[in-house]
Amino acid sequence: MGAAEIEKVHSGIKGLDDITGGGLPKGRPSLVSGGPGCGKTLFAMEFIIRGIIDYGEPGVFVAFEEKIDDLKLNFRSMGFDLDNLIRRKKLVLDHITIDRSEIEEAGEYDLEGLFIRLGALIDEVGAKRVSIDTLEALFSGFANEAILRSELRRLFLWLKDRGVTAVVTGERGDRTITTYGLEEYVADCVITLDHRVTNQIATRRLHIVKYRGSIHGTDEYPFLISEDGISVLPITSLSLTHKASGERIFTGIPRLDTMLEGKGFYRGSSILISGQAGTGKTSIAATFIDAACRRNEKCLFFIFEESESQLLRNMKSIGINLEPWVKSGLLKFHAVRPTAYSLEMHLSVMLKLIGEFKPRVVAVDPISNLYPIGDDIQVRSMLMRLIDFAKSLQITGLFTSLSNDVNVGVYSVEPTEMHVSSLMDAWLILKNIEGNGERNRAFSIIKVRGMAHSNQLREFILSDKGIRLLDVYKGSEGVLFGSARIAQEGNEIDDRLCKNEEIERKKRELESRRKLMENEISLLRERFAQEEDEMMILIGQDVSREKVAAKTKREIATQRHVDR
Amino acid sequence: MLPTTPDINRKETETEIDETADGRWILRLYVAGQTQNSLTAFENLKKICEDYLGGKYTIEVIDLIKDPQLAKDHQIIAVPTLIRKLPVPVKKIIGNLSNTEKVLVGLDLRKVR
Repeated sequence: MGAAEIEKVHSGIKGLDDITGGGLPKGRPSLVSGGPGCGKTLFAMEFIIRGIIDYGEPGVFVAFEEKIDDLKLNFRSMGFDLDNLIRRKKLVLDHITIDRSEIEEAGEYDLEGLFIRLGALIDEVGAKRVSIDTLEALFSGFANEAILRSELRRLFLWLKDRGVTAVVTGERGDRTITTYGLEEYVADCVITLDHRVTNQIATRRLHIVKYRGSIHGTDEYPFLISEDGISVLPITSLSLTHKASGERIFTGIPRLDTMLEGKGFYRGSSILISGQAGTGKTSIAATFIDAACRRNEKCLFFIFEESESQLLRNMKSIGINLEPWVKSGLLKFHAVRPTAYSLEMHLSVMLKLIGEFKPRVVAVDPISNLYPIGDDIQVRSMLMRLIDFAKSLQITGLFTSLSNDVNVGVYSVEPTEMHVSSLMDAWLILKNIEGNGERNRAFSIIKVRGMAHSNQLREFILSDKGIRLLDVYKGSEGVLFGSARIAQEGNEIDDRLCKNEEIERKKRELESRRKLMENEISLLRERFAQEEDEMMILIGQDVSREKVAAKTKREIATQRHVDR
Repeated sequence: MLPTTPDINRKETETEIDETADGRWILRLYVAGQTQNSLTAFENLKKICEDYLGGKYTIEVIDLIKDPQLAKDHQIIAVPTLIRKLPVPVKKIIGNLSNTEKVLVGLDLRKVR
């Protein structure tokens, strides 16, 4: 084995080039095997058509089973106009019919006719790609297996010599990859396609059995056949390289924005809203979507539980009218039962819709409904793909999840969602709180990556004016919700009223005391003034009395003729 | 050497007639070059025709290497391929025609004898 990887050509089949590290071996034949209806013919044809359209490589398609007109018709329904490509000399179709019943074999022969035929077809358009579907039809056409086998060996060598990249399809065998063991002639690349039904849900899988001289994904990859061809979903080939946005978007619930530093979530983040039945998960999602539509952002809403009209009606009852957004084309619903098709099909439909509609916000309600059709690992990997895809396009993802666990406390974390939550950037939890003969909703933020967020529990209220988050009452009696909170608030108001009255009373008392005091002061003043008056009178009398006495004394002296 | 038939009509117009006027057989042998199988097939065919058709036959030899397009137009995969154009119905035999029994069965020649 050389150190250098072999040269590859893009198959043009969505996802296949990711898991093969670039495509199929260039200038060599690859074998694609599978049971009936597994998509072999489509694989072979898409390889040719994508080669022409996307990579400018003309191609030859040789059909042993389907007639040319049927092929054209089948592929027209997938949007491939084969006639146009044929007219432009990019494509040749050839149908090789072998009817053993009208052929007699008398003596030795070889399949040089086939080689000449293929060679003529390749030369006709200068083909770089050749598909042969399905080569094993030769085995039913010719009796002499020894000749056939040596001719097949020669065919694969011949294809290699011609330097065309070829896809040869074969029917799956019981114990072998192909019924007639074609794989032993193809040294380079062998791919099997499989169509399995589990729990009544069909899943298609692709497996690279061998790819000599190349590193390739060894898993079985789910693939889909949709109206525009095959897409293989490489679960693990995506890396975490998406650019993180610093932009923040409001949630439509002002109080929640406040809890998120007052700015809301990061654009492009994935947000999990989990909670028990009837806790308002869908309502939060709808509010978020409503807010996004108000910002003139396109939204895509995948709903697995309700029909579009049912959801619109229900949301109207809490004051969220999404209908205008649907009418204006900003909001698109995709309502389907989870069991309608397989996880992979769901994923592909989602990715396709996202790719076409180019929304800024995607909501899935609820992801827990996917569990009946896939186990934890499958659902997780599907969501991982979806989230990664959304993130790469800076699309904000909203995922609701129904919690099974009813008997968990307010603060405990749901174990069932642990594995999904690690994919999410933010996790909001809604809970039913029972007590005092009623059920109330509590709301809390478990995590939000990359920001300081409130750790406070909030009471979550759905009113006809939308969602409100209220403080819960915390006191000596614990955390109170609902009417208990209202009652507590009432008590507080009562208390406050009482206190006010007390103050007023005290004020009045003080006032009257002041009046009393002032009265007393004026009384004292009056009394003092009276006394002062009397005193003045007395003093006046005293002075005049002295004057009289002095006068009298002088008069007496005069009279006695005092000698001096 | 194989006497290949030059300029064989590509449009197959002669199939519209059911029979040649003199009941002559028209046989067409497709080969790919002057290979051993091609030569053997031609020799065998000639011998059988002489033995069973007594000169009332025409053999057209088509070399696909000279005219590759005919492989597609005439649905030829294996070589040598012998096609009985006339009398109808068309019969097809592949191989170097070394198994005379099978050739006779394939050409419906037993009853002629």
